[in-house]
Formats: sequence, structure tokens, C-alpha cells
Amino acid sequence: MNSHNIVLFPVLLPLLTGILLLFFRNVKVQRMLSVISFAIGIGISLYLIQQVAESGMLTLDVSNWKAPFGITIAADMLSSLLVLTTNIIAYCVSIYSTKSIGLEREKFYYYAVFHFLIVGVNGAFLTGDIFNLFVFFEVMLMASYVLLVLGGTKVQLRETLKYILVNVISSAIFVIAVAYLYSIVGTLNMAHIASRVAESGQPGILTVIAVLLMIVFGLKGAVFPLFFWLPGSYYAAPAPVLALFGALLTKVGIYSIFRTYTLIFTHDVSYTHAFLGAIGLLSIVVGVIGAIAYWDIKKIIIYNIVIAVGVIVFGISLNNDAGTMGALLYLVHDMIIKAALFLLVGIMAKITGTNDLREMGGLIKAYPWVGWTFFLAAISLAGIPPLSGFPGKLLIIQGSIEAKAYIGTFIVIASSLFVLYSVMKIFIHGFWGTPKKAFEMPARSLYSMAGPAMVLVAVSLAIGSGLEGIFPYLSQATETLMNPDLYINAVLKE
Amino acid sequence: MEILMAFIIGILFTCATYLMLSKSILRIIIGTGLLSHGAHLLILTMGGLKRGAVPLLGEHAKSYVDPLPQALILTSIVISFGVTSYFLVLAYRAYQELGTDNMDLLRGSESNE
Repeated sequence: MNSHNIVLFPVLLPLLTGILLLFFRNVKVQRMLSVISFAIGIGISLYLIQQVAESGMLTLDVSNWKAPFGITIAADMLSSLLVLTTNIIAYCVSIYSTKSIGLEREKFYYYAVFHFLIVGVNGAFLTGDIFNLFVFFEVMLMASYVLLVLGGTKVQLRETLKYILVNVISSAIFVIAVAYLYSIVGTLNMAHIASRVAESGQPGILTVIAVLLMIVFGLKGAVFPLFFWLPGSYYAAPAPVLALFGALLTKVGIYSIFRTYTLIFTHDVSYTHAFLGAIGLLSIVVGVIGAIAYWDIKKIIIYNIVIAVGVIVFGISLNNDAGTMGALLYLVHDMIIKAALFLLVGIMAKITGTNDLREMGGLIKAYPWVGWTFFLAAISLAGIPPLSGFPGKLLIIQGSIEAKAYIGTFIVIASSLFVLYSVMKIFIHGFWGTPKKAFEMPARSLYSMAGPAMVLVAVSLAIGSGLEGIFPYLSQATETLMNPDLYINAVLKE
Repeated sequence: MEILMAFIIGILFTCATYLMLSKSILRIIIGTGLLSHGAHLLILTMGGLKRGAVPLLGEHAKSYVDPLPQALILTSIVISFGVTSYFLVLAYRAYQELGTDNMDLLRGSESNE
């Protein structure tokens, strides 16, 4: 067996499990299978990271067709780290789902669709072909449509209509952008596209396509003018689905921006990267306005997604070592901590039966573990030193000072303050004070719901305090991102 | 020939945009249909419309048309089939549950979340 086949396992495992789950009507078997499958997924992705760290980037030419002609699956350190993060989140959310999503949804293929969503996300992270990226996007989106509407309440139906419409349009624009790109460079393999773009020196038409792709990925990733669909659509989803969406879906768009702007369109950066920086900063501002405006716990965290997306996009736009590494670290941190926050907010809503902060209060007495976990997650989101939010933001700020983008530096720093305010508002009004009414929640189901969130916060703590341990992996990822030739040579094997 | 196709695709995109900005869900879905038609024709056009045999090796021709865009279109067509059928069923369900197909009445606000 070719040892490079390991690259495909993170896609194949959830795919096979998802197919298997279609045949079981027994909910207990479904729960067990899906949790086990994601646990194995974590193991596989750890092995993948170790392989990539030892022997550099791994590529697999599917069916042995040589690189530009077949589909290439390419795992560099960035992809491997994101695959690991995805599997950890999927594992925690699947445990949380067993107690929270409800038998009605579980019976109707919830776990199978869950697995197909992870197939799409892992595939999008690992593929080395731009049309294949489109296909994995569609796999992910189709699963997300189903997860969003599953249950069929009125608000879900209404918001899914809008969510599908926006994504159908962005998928059409993606197809259009691929068609334009194909007519100019005549290839679909990302490494081959990158080398052809490098040969042509990126004339104006390629910059146009770069901006078109930015619109596509911006719609998926919710950056400033294109984030309008996100607050309403995400609000409709039940807590574990929301945690999946908030942690994974927008981040796949961000990853694609990462890939296209560090690998392909790197020759005329004065226009495209300035544009990226501007929309990144505007997303931060808009996200901050939304996050401090609402008294609804779900809405506050949802607007925090937009802020984080803005910070990462700004980090990418800096185009230097510190900014890129910061954006990468912040991306991993934000996936984990957003999942944790949505899970915790889901617990709060389940205990109190409302999403409105003004009707909550005094949860800390009855649920101290939930409260302090939320506190840790909140200060991690804001970027307080021992936790994982700090080093990423610090590197982004360092990068922006190196690039002399002082306005950006100021906005990123100031946004942390508002982020802290918005989540502390939840903590103070939700956990402190006197209870507005009596809450009741069985202790057993509370543990299996709060447990996954605690695991995620512990991972965040581990990343933040054990940064020296993961630093070699981060610098390897940054090296590949900053030197596209490494990626191109690994795929095309010149 | 490519210029003619570009105009036709442009008209399709215009109609699609116009329809998708209207209030009725069915008109919006028709708009997405036109949009995907436009996108698929665009792949075909951008792949080149030079004359050649159909991409079958049995033809023994000197030159063939580019087979890659055709494969891309075929993939894209089935994906948009899947999404469109899902969208139509969803619109049907939404009509049953919510009793309207007017997007203006499907607004989300604090009172009806």
C-alpha cells in the first residue's frame, strides 16, 4: 500500500461511516458509531500531522494520473492542522448532540448528514484541485442545508430558504470564476495554476479573477459586505448544528482565501492584498457593532464570528511571516473556541429556556462548572495571555506593525476590548445576579453536554500554554504558505 | 461565435439577477435555474468553441473539442439539479407551513423568531 494514501483517510473515514449510518435505524448504534468514528478521525489526523512534519508535504495523485492531469490530494501543514481541528470539533459536537439534539432529529439521519458535512470540510481542506474544491464545497453546503432545516420549524424553513439562495448564487459565481480561470491558464490543478500565473506575471485579468474568487469565498466566509446572510441563517440552527456551522463553514471560506492568496495570486499584491485588508478591517468594525448591540446570547456569538473572520483576513492581507502565522494560529484557535462558546450558549439556553440575557441571571450558583468554563472561553476569545487567543492576535499585531498598517493595528487591538465586553456581558448578566426563575436540568445530561465544551476549552488552554510545543508545526505551515514554490514543487514533482 | 455566446450568457445573467430580486419564491428559483444555465454555457464558451470532432476516440479525427469543460459542466449540472430539487421541495414545505411565497412576509424580526 502506498503510504501517501493516508492523506485521503480523513475524507474516506467519515464518508464510509456516513454511508454505514444510513442503514441503522437504531439511534443508540448511530450515536456510538459516530462518536467512535470521529475519535478514530482524531487519531488519523494526528498521524497525518506527524507524517507531514517528518517528510514534508504529502501529495497523492488519485488513480496514479500524474499531477496536473489527475486530481491531486495535497496535505501541507496548514491543511493537516485544520483537519485535526475539524475532527476534534466534530468529536466534541457529536458527543454534545447525543444529549441535546433530540430523538426526532436523530432518527432522520442527523448523524449521517453530520458525517457528510465533515467529508466536505476535510475534503475542502485537503484537495489540490480548484474544481474539486468546488465539489467539496457543494458536499459541505448540501449537508449544511439539510442540517439547518432538519426539524422543520417555521423559523428554520424561512431562514434555510435564504441560506440556500445565497449559497446557490455564490456557487454559480464560483463556477463562473473557475471558467474564467480555465480559459486563461488552461488548467485546474492549483499548483499548476500557480506556476502558470507566475509565468504570466499576473496581468490585469488575473487580478479580476482574484477579486471574483474573493467575492465567492467572502460570501462563504462572511466578510464585510457579504456577511448579511449569516446572522439570520445561523440563528435558526439548533445549538450543536450552530456550533458546527460557526466553527467550520465560514472557516472553509477563510482557508480558501488563505490558499488562493498565498499560493496563486501573489504577484500583484499591492491591489488585492490592500483590498483584503480593507474588507477585513470593515468586517471587524461591523462585527463589533453587532456584538455589542444585541441582548441575545446567540446573536452576540454569531457577530463574534464576523469579527474573527475579519481579524484572520486582515492577518492574511499583511503578507509577511508574522501576519500569516498569526492568522493561521488565530484560525485554529477561533474554530475551537467558537465551537466551545456555541455549545456553552446552547447549554445556557437549554437551562433557562430563553436566549434573552435580560431574562437570565444567577446561573453560577447552580452550575459553577458551566460558568467558569464559559469564563475561560470568553477570555480566550478576547485574547488573554495563558489562553490560545493571545499568541495569534499578538502575531497579527506584530505583523501589522511590521507592515506599517497602524490603523489596522489599532482596530484589531480595540476590537479585542469590545469582544471582551460583549462576552463578559453574557457572563455578568447570565451567571451573576439573582436567578429570575427556577431552573432545572438533570445532572447527567448536563455533564455530557458541558463535557465536550470543557474539552474544547482545555484544548484552547493547551494551545495557549504549550505554544513552544506546536511552534515547529506552525512555522512549517507558514514556510509553505510564504514560499508557494514549495507547494508547487511538491505537487508537480519537477 | 464566442462573442455571440458572451452576449447570450450576459442576457441570461441579467434575467437571472432580475428574477432573483423579485418577491415570489418561484420566480427566484426560476432565476437560479437561469443563473446555472448561464454558468454552464460560460464554462463551455470559455473552454473554447473551436471546431473539432466530438471527444470520442473512435472518431479518428485530427482534432477534438476540449473534453475537460464538458466533464466540468456535467458535474456542475448534476450538483445544481440536486440543489434545485431540494430548493423546490423546501419552497413547497415553506408554503405549506408558512402559508406564503412572498419573501417580504418572510422577514425575521424579534417578534417572530
